[in-house]
Amino acid sequence: MTSTAMPTAEQHGLVAHTDGAFVPVQTRSERFRSVNVDDFAPVNGREHEWKLSPVAAFADLTGGELDGSRPTIETTDVAGVAISWIARTDARIGSAGIPEERASANAWSTFGESLLVSVTGEDEKVAVITRSGLGSAPRAAHTVIEAAPFSRALIVLRGIGDARLSENVEILVGEGASLTVVSLQEWSDDSVHLASQFARLSRDSFLKHIVVSLGGKVVRVNPSTHLAEQGADIEALGLYFADAGQHLEQQVFVHHDAPHTKSRVTYKGALQGSGARTVWIGDVLIGQKATGTDSYEQNRNLVLTDGTRADSVPNLEIETGDIAGAGHASATGRFDDEQLFYLMARGIREDEARRLVVRGFLTEIVQKIGSPELEARLNAAVEAELQGN
Amino acid sequence: MSVLEIKNLHVNVETDQGTREILRGVDLVINKGEIHAIMGPNGSGKSTLAYTIAGHPKYTVVQGEILLDGENVLEMTVDERARAGLFLAMQYPVEIPGVTVTNFLRTAKTAIDGQAPSVRTWVKDVRESMSNLKMDKAFAERNVNEGFSGGEKKRNEILQLELLKPNFAVLDETDSGLDVDALKVVSEGVNRAMASTGLGVLLITHYTRILRYIKPDFVHVFVAGRIAEQGGPELADRLEEEGYDRYNVAEAAAAE
Ligand SMILES: Nc1ncnc2c1ncn2[C@@H]1O[C@H](COP(=O)(O)OP(=O)(O)O)[C@@H](O)[C@H]1O
Ligand SMILES: [Mg+2]
Repeated sequence: MTSTAMPTAEQHGLVAHTDGAFVPVQTRSERFRSVNVDDFAPVNGREHEWKLSPVAAFADLTGGELDGSRPTIETTDVAGVAISWIARTDARIGSAGIPEERASANAWSTFGESLLVSVTGEDEKVAVITRSGLGSAPRAAHTVIEAAPFSRALIVLRGIGDARLSENVEILVGEGASLTVVSLQEWSDDSVHLASQFARLSRDSFLKHIVVSLGGKVVRVNPSTHLAEQGADIEALGLYFADAGQHLEQQVFVHHDAPHTKSRVTYKGALQGSGARTVWIGDVLIGQKATGTDSYEQNRNLVLTDGTRADSVPNLEIETGDIAGAGHASATGRFDDEQLFYLMARGIREDEARRLVVRGFLTEIVQKIGSPELEARLNAAVEAELQGN
Repeated sequence: MSVLEIKNLHVNVETDQGTREILRGVDLVINKGEIHAIMGPNGSGKSTLAYTIAGHPKYTVVQGEILLDGENVLEMTVDERARAGLFLAMQYPVEIPGVTVTNFLRTAKTAIDGQAPSVRTWVKDVRESMSNLKMDKAFAERNVNEGFSGGEKKRNEILQLELLKPNFAVLDETDSGLDVDALKVVSEGVNRAMASTGLGVLLITHYTRILRYIKPDFVHVFVAGRIAEQGGPELADRLEEEGYDRYNVAEAAAAE
């Protein structure tokens, strides 16, 4: 099901598309995978995984040669979060997942070393890893985030400045660990960033995974989560704000592959300005072994101006009869003028009233991040988007 | 002395079936400190009058004037009207997801006063008004009107009336859907606001029962987009006994 908002003045509020038929992926678990770029045919834009993306804008990343050298990263010393570089041959590489499309495979084929973020210790901690100055030449990167059993941390992987980057991120969550990973895209206006993130969750572990895409010309972050062992729990959150000419995409995949696993997927986006474009695809696969699964995914888009387009495609594939619950919702709606009227009727100026409504819409995601500092930063970033910066 | 004047007001609304004339020449003068009850059957145009005063974009004024102390209200934007001292308690208050009552009240107060309220007295004022309206403290952290019951929404409107201190308030069926306890609480709120700021009130209602608690100075019977009769409080008593039948509501509507 695709809900495409080409709003008219008559549209009010959120138009729910929840009850329509959806197209099961069926083949999602059998999708072709390889770490070798040459195993994938050159991208023409008609492939199911590329058909909603502006492939011509990043042919260099799907087909060209990439610079696989170490990028500069900035981070602060945090006890229990060790940062190092590991060789391609390290056993951890490829243990969370491997590429399903060509940009991902191209990066995999060319990265030199992988960044390793290693989390230990049961106390809460926050580490921010910033990548900046990646430049405008096409690059590849690989990152492994590994949380030891019963460890806890919030890791922010942040991108600023110029980038033409294709990368893979592997997230290994050990037994009983509780990890938050925030992928924060604040790239410069001309940047292109294609990311595949693969998470593997062990028994009774919890991952809160948050994709925040604000800056960049084309930003496509596709997180896949493998709930590989019983009791694994993923909360996948996303927040995006597309301005004129921006393409922000996320293809989310959750694979329930063990008993009593749980997933909650909530992505919210705002679109503003001519040519602002967003894509959300949410695939949930509940496999045969995943009895007692509890799953819910939703995507909501708020359209602020004419000339935008939001695609929202939930897919649910269920291979077992014995589940606790599975549902999905998708809605794309025009800014609600009745909300605006209500606020203005209390003396609040139009621009401020608009900001309140949009901030209110997105705040559900921001509030769940669990770091007051980061929440404040994100609120400020959303504010800047609303000011049209 | 502040005065709100409505002169020969004609208002259209665009519907799917085309333009409809709803208000057909309304005249009304409300002085500060006065309570005017507007009573009328469903569909007679009461909410249209309320929304038009507040400036809702759906309603088009085709003739007539609204003046606040001689100033042309129709030239003002919605927010300017509120800052000029007009307030509308809505029949169906709107939900604002993700915006807490606290944040909303402070933002509105700041906008109306042109400066942020002093933290200490403001927090106290909010708490006191909420307690007067028998609203649980937890409301402050809930999102505006989200998941509120009908009665809670109406209390929230009167809370704003008390805190924003307008010169004129239009209360659009604030009594509808309230049980008798809530009706008393809400009425006391309006009476408190009158006592403290001497505001003028346009009290729109379908029923007479709120008039037991809020005593009108004038009663206007609204039928088919205009005032069909006006008088003192005794007119309300008569409506209580006789209903709207003698205004030939059906005929008046058919004559549109
Ligand atoms: N926004 C609107 N769109 C279409 N018709 C409207 C709208 N507002 C009011 N009307 C129509 O105008 C008439 C008066 O409505 P309203 O002012 O709500 O009456 P009341 O508040 O007295 O019940 C009704 O017939 C109603 O259907
Ligand atoms: Mg009404």
